[in-house]
Amino acid sequence: MAETEKMIFPAQLHQTADGGIVVSKLDEMINWARSNSLWPLVFGTSCCAIEMMSAADAKYDWSRFGFEVARATPRQADLIIVAGTIVMKMAPVLKRLYDQMPDPKYVIAMGACTISGGPFFYNTYSVVKGVDHVIPVDVYIPGCPPRPEALLHAMITLQEKIKHETYFGKTKESGK
Amino acid sequence: MTNETVRQQLTEKFGEQLTEWEEQFGLLTFTAPAEMNLKVIQHLYDDESLRFRFLTDLTGVHYPERKGEELCVVYHLHNLVDNIRLRFKIYVPSEKPDVYTITQRFSTANWMERETYDFFGINFIGHPNLIRILNVDEMDYFPMRKEYEMEDPTRRDKDNEMFGR
Repeated sequence: MAETEKMIFPAQLHQTADGGIVVSKLDEMINWARSNSLWPLVFGTSCCAIEMMSAADAKYDWSRFGFEVARATPRQADLIIVAGTIVMKMAPVLKRLYDQMPDPKYVIAMGACTISGGPFFYNTYSVVKGVDHVIPVDVYIPGCPPRPEALLHAMITLQEKIKHETYFGKTKESGK
Repeated sequence: MTNETVRQQLTEKFGEQLTEWEEQFGLLTFTAPAEMNLKVIQHLYDDESLRFRFLTDLTGVHYPERKGEELCVVYHLHNLVDNIRLRFKIYVPSEKPDVYTITQRFSTANWMERETYDFFGINFIGHPNLIRILNVDEMDYFPMRKEYEMEDPTRRDKDNEMFGR
């Protein structure tokens, strides 16, 4: 898809005498719908969550890109932004939240802690060294913490990723 | 009421059993034998003029150099009427770190004692639910004890130049 077509409805309109016919591909329609309505789960474990809250508020306003409202239950969420350090005690809870989310589901690892354990990489007894030890990650954002713009960039990158998925391929590939 | 009067009243009641009096940064500090912690805290709570009825904090310290009494439990108490604080310490050996719980006096001590147990392994006798609170249940050591190697001070892989700064 060309750069300028990103946000355009992925179909052609064929004019007929009594209105018109829309022609499109099923994959593109599904991806269009999914990528433009990604609801994040309310989940923040430390300072990155403050930046995530900024990204949601009026100044950065992630609703502009279809992230709309953060849901307080995993049953209604499409996306989990892991914003903050995950400790050993939190890891099973995070896994459980992820398991409770309905497919298709996506994960953004926000900040150094979720990528590698960050400042707690050395000599720690309690921190998980990278959230990808627990759940699969779609997009990583480096930073400590990343700015809201970085988070928005990562979320838009995730939308791009979703736009290139194939509907049946996704379910087959992930084996769910 | 001042630190002096608190010290005077406590000395009248307990005499020479209270030791190591200090006033670091104006905070009155003293030590009692481990088995007396309940008595002292009860007295501080009940006495009509002392009225130390708020437990600000309860935690542990490991002093490996104090042989035979390596582990310390620290109580921070606050008299909210006269706005006076004090710090009260007891020491126990790390081989047998048994301390009486104060949960019957301060309910807030419940989680604080669990935390102190979690990180220092201090056994609070009579605690209603002495299990780990912050660390994973499977942990079989007490991480805040000074038993583990310090980070190598000569390592260079965390220097600024490694991060392009």
